[in-house]
Amino acid sequence: MEVCGGQTHSIVKNGIDHLLPEGVELVHGPGCPVCVTPLEMIDKAHAIARLPDVIFCSFGDMLRVPGSAGDLFTIKSEGGDVRVVYSPIDCIKIAHANPDKKVVFFAIGFETTAPANAMLAWRAKQEGLKNVSLLVSHVLVPPALAAILQSPENRVQGFLGPGHVCAVMGYEEYEPISAKYHVPIVVSGFEPLDILQGTLMTIRQLETERGEVENQYSRILDREGNKTAQKLVFQVFQVGDRNWRGIGTIPQSGYHLRAEFADYDAEKLFDVAQIATRESEICISGEILRGIKKPKDCPAFGTVCTPQSPLGATMVSAEGACAAYYTYGRHLNQAKGVDVPIHSVGGAA
Amino acid sequence: MCLAIPGKVVEAFDQGGMRMAKVQFGGIIREACLEYVPDTKVGEYVLVHVGFAISKVDEEEAHRTYQILEEMDQLSELMAPVVAEREGQAPGFRDSATGTNGNHRPETKVTRGKEDAC
Repeated sequence: MEVCGGQTHSIVKNGIDHLLPEGVELVHGPGCPVCVTPLEMIDKAHAIARLPDVIFCSFGDMLRVPGSAGDLFTIKSEGGDVRVVYSPIDCIKIAHANPDKKVVFFAIGFETTAPANAMLAWRAKQEGLKNVSLLVSHVLVPPALAAILQSPENRVQGFLGPGHVCAVMGYEEYEPISAKYHVPIVVSGFEPLDILQGTLMTIRQLETERGEVENQYSRILDREGNKTAQKLVFQVFQVGDRNWRGIGTIPQSGYHLRAEFADYDAEKLFDVAQIATRESEICISGEILRGIKKPKDCPAFGTVCTPQSPLGATMVSAEGACAAYYTYGRHLNQAKGVDVPIHSVGGAA
Repeated sequence: MCLAIPGKVVEAFDQGGMRMAKVQFGGIIREACLEYVPDTKVGEYVLVHVGFAISKVDEEEAHRTYQILEEMDQLSELMAPVVAEREGQAPGFRDSATGTNGNHRPETKVTRGKEDAC
């Protein structure tokens, strides 16, 4: 299983999955933060974004993710002040410019994004800003790998670990997982040769019955990661349970703001606790994220569900497996036996 | 969202106590925070994720990675709107390098060049 959505795109775009010999299959992992942000959290975001005194800021990827009713674009078109930001700290500037508004940032992501989101909370507290808060839905890779390995449905025998996540966190924390489940974890880049080399290293471990952590991406990262970034992340966040869309709650699998940052926690500041969610009955994105099914197994893929009209987040995000299959549509042709043009997601977010 | 984009540091400056930089990605120049790679010098290449440099890379690696991200349509985050300094000028956000509030700086606009990627 390749963990990172960027790796999935590289694999599907370059047809790497078709180059591999029989018996070697790459299944697509949960490493798309937009895809695993739970519906409940998206509905909370929408409820906050609809408030008249709120400026709701988000990464562009999140705007088209469907909630129980509509998406952030819909809310914007109905008059909500929804803004795409490049960096979380842009919210500081927006807060200064709009002292009579509450600026809320949708702080999603994996470990790669955590240092940026942590800095927003840190700077806001340092400056004593009263009109900035974060709606935090942060998830962590290692507990997700453990959850996949523990599942009775699991068929994953080795992992291509997420390169840029490990550029921040290093790969030391993957060693206990590899040892406990005796499974190879090869931290890999996302270029075609990275993927192929990572796959080869994984297979060599399997053939020699090893289960270790190896680093294919040594030109970018080391075992320690970025200690400076980790320090601020742990000053702002603490580890706790998180719900993953399509997967469910995984213990100790995400970040929450520490108590000293409670004044910046949008979940505490806004009364959005009771929201009834409604998930699509057709979408199989949960099974895709767990590596049990592939996009072509979904009856809605490419018909009811497209990047223009997605049923699930895996079709929305530029890193989602369904978007990758749709963009490089040959799998659709194979699955349906029809000639379907290859579409471009067009900078999908 | 889980990928970082390599770029060249073309200018470093202080902004309200934060070490910042202008970083060039192909034909696009954007600001990035250098707090997590504080020893970065002008002319070096860094991997940037949502406005934060997370590690250094060498020039060859940076060019190759950028090209692949471009081919994969994974550069859209660079096109997110720029929040102008003047919209939210805070007392602590004065540019110590120039003594100005930074409104004149070209990095507050997305600039496009021949090698424009997006």
